[in-house]
Amino acid sequence: MTKFPANIQIPLATWVDELMDWILAHWGGFFDALGDILLQVLLYIEKFFLVMPWYVVLILVGLVAWRALGRWWHGLVMAALLFVIGTFGYWRLAMMTLGLVTSAVIISLTIGIPAGILMARNNLVEQLLRPFLDAMQTMPSFVYLIPALMLFGLGKVPAVFATIIYAVPPVIRLTNVGIRQVPQTVLEAAESLGSSSRQILFNVQLPLAFPSIMVGVNQTTMMALSMVVVASMIGARGLGLEVLLAINRIEVGRGFEAGLSIVFLAIIIDRITHALAARQRQFTSH
Amino acid sequence: MVVPAGRTAHEILAEGEQYTDHPLNWSGILENREELSHGSDKFLEVKELWKIFGPKAEDLLQSDLKFSSKQEILDQTGCVVGLRNVSFNVRRGEFFMLMGLSGSGKSTCIRCLLRLIEPTAGHVLVNGEDICAFDKATLMSLRRKTFGMVFQHFGLFPHYTVRDNVAYGLKVGGASRVESYEKAQKAIETVGLKGWEDYLPGSLSGGMQQRVGIARALAKDPEILLMDEPFSGLDPLIRREMQDELVELQDKLHKTIIFVTHDLHEALKLGDRIAIMRDGEIIQLGTPEDVVTSPADDYVREFVQDASPAKILTADRIKEEPSLLIYEWQGPHVVRHLLRAARRQNAFVVSKHHTLLGLVTREGIDDLIKQGAASIKEAILADVPKCEPHTIVEDLFPLATSSHFSIAVTDSAGRFLGVIHDRTILDSMISDREETNND
Ligand SMILES: Nc1ncnc2c1ncn2[C@@H]1O[C@H](COP(=O)(O)OP(=O)(O)OP(=O)(O)O)[C@@H](O)[C@H]1O
Ligand SMILES: [Mg+2]
Repeated sequence: MTKFPANIQIPLATWVDELMDWILAHWGGFFDALGDILLQVLLYIEKFFLVMPWYVVLILVGLVAWRALGRWWHGLVMAALLFVIGTFGYWRLAMMTLGLVTSAVIISLTIGIPAGILMARNNLVEQLLRPFLDAMQTMPSFVYLIPALMLFGLGKVPAVFATIIYAVPPVIRLTNVGIRQVPQTVLEAAESLGSSSRQILFNVQLPLAFPSIMVGVNQTTMMALSMVVVASMIGARGLGLEVLLAINRIEVGRGFEAGLSIVFLAIIIDRITHALAARQRQFTSH
Repeated sequence: MVVPAGRTAHEILAEGEQYTDHPLNWSGILENREELSHGSDKFLEVKELWKIFGPKAEDLLQSDLKFSSKQEILDQTGCVVGLRNVSFNVRRGEFFMLMGLSGSGKSTCIRCLLRLIEPTAGHVLVNGEDICAFDKATLMSLRRKTFGMVFQHFGLFPHYTVRDNVAYGLKVGGASRVESYEKAQKAIETVGLKGWEDYLPGSLSGGMQQRVGIARALAKDPEILLMDEPFSGLDPLIRREMQDELVELQDKLHKTIIFVTHDLHEALKLGDRIAIMRDGEIIQLGTPEDVVTSPADDYVREFVQDASPAKILTADRIKEEPSLLIYEWQGPHVVRHLLRAARRQNAFVVSKHHTLLGLVTREGIDDLIKQGAASIKEAILADVPKCEPHTIVEDLFPLATSSHFSIAVTDSAGRFLGVIHDRTILDSMISDREETNND
């Protein structure tokens, strides 16, 4: 009796296959177009990172970090980390990863911030979206690879797609929270002065939600970075793939270098976006 | 049937029977008459306003259940009665107080006036126009032009400087940057915040933040100012100062002000008329005198009992040094000059031993000068309101109302000790209460 009876079975796999077939038959055009858009954005942004001379990137990162973190030597440290990645021989791969992350983040924000706004202004939308967001947060990241793979096959596009799906919840959630946290009296005052609801959104709600949104941007970016590494399993090139290859070939030293490069990228991105978020919080904390 | 004032029964009968079938028409006639006779009485009209919080508010209004008590309605339907059949009129330029304990519906009422809360039933008429019938755009322009509102918790925009806060209402109304900053600057100076334009509200004290709130409401020069417990969050000293300044401001600007408070002393000090609310209803509406002297019921009486400092305070405690005192030997020209310099219409006159002789007025002195008299003796009016140091403040009320001069305080020998202005009487009651509260 150790065997599960073979005649009791749910043919879920067949159903899913059929569903995918159906989707591709009826929505194929839509996903083709979607994939095309993603690819264009991706290529464009990747090119931006790849075309720039390495020292220009170094200087830019250093300057941005200096402005964001407020001390010149912070900028220097961030540029140095990037320089070390270059010395490992991973400059090009790092720029690819950066391109992938940046595209995924940009698309996530263009979807996530409006979705968060909608969610904040409409209780029904919030009730509908919330369970999805909760569920998405509890799922392990590689689960998102499956639908991406099924819809787009192997390559960069499914990688970006999976990354977006994985990374978009925090910015939606924190945009929503930020807007809902704006004190009622401030909204009432704006309304009593004759603001339209659009004026209230842009003059009051979004500026006051900005720190919260920036925290969302920070989290979304970090999640995108971690996902890009995982997405190398379905064809994202860059540092993640390097780690994956090293693991497969049991090349510890190479894996260590690639892994360290990812950590350095993470530190740079996290410190900069974090600082931007914290800086805006000062005057709204009252 | 009640016969309307100003019409004889004969006239009414002559007009035929049609009105008797339609009682509503009666009210129509009555209103028209009133509007003709004193139109400014009804600058702002609130008519049978209801607000019921809860999902089935409209159904509730259709049923007889609406006549039940607030608690019964809550128990049976889960709806909260915010306002129950509230009606009142506010005159142009009036300082109208809404007073009541917490939860009595004051905030709900004042918010219904510009539809920050949508009334469930009833009408709000501004200048004869029913704003409850306004569409969104009209309502918005009404809020931009006609109303200004000040909130208990200020409701300032924390991310804007003082200047941008004040200019906000003008900007959303479509005014240019230059114009809105210009008007904002004027409003900022009106409330005495010059020099603070570039600060963020978070760095100002509570009193100053509320000044910003007032400036923001005043910037667009609205006809009606709504103030929802604007001074409740401030400490007593600042509160009194702000009250005094508001009185001064109102003397200059002549706005129509609707002011919510739960503090009777504030109401007595500021209001031309006071409406007292309980459980969403207005249970008494009258002048401060009416409310103090004939409370409508126990609820109001309880309120008014707080006003007891009038029974304890003596004239001695609240008397002041006069800003100008005339000596009997001073000549008419000198006195005229002194009165002018001190910007006073009248002043008390004393003898060498500081005995009160009476009071001289500017007109009296001017007449003397025309007649060419050399002494002011003839111009002294001996019959002035007087009291002794131990007179209690309550007994000063009739004195203060019987004469438009201030009250002189004299000792038993008739020596002049000080003066009590009408305003001081109310002020003193308030300050005394605050002092005892602070102990
Ligand atoms: N949004 C709302 N939903 C349900 N009930 C409400 C709402 N707003 C007010 N109420 C209820 O309406 C009644 C009147 O409230 P309101 O805020 O007008 O009182 P108030 O006189 O201003 O009191 P306070 O002095 O505390 O400000 C209260 O019973 C309150 O619980
Ligand atoms: Mg209130």
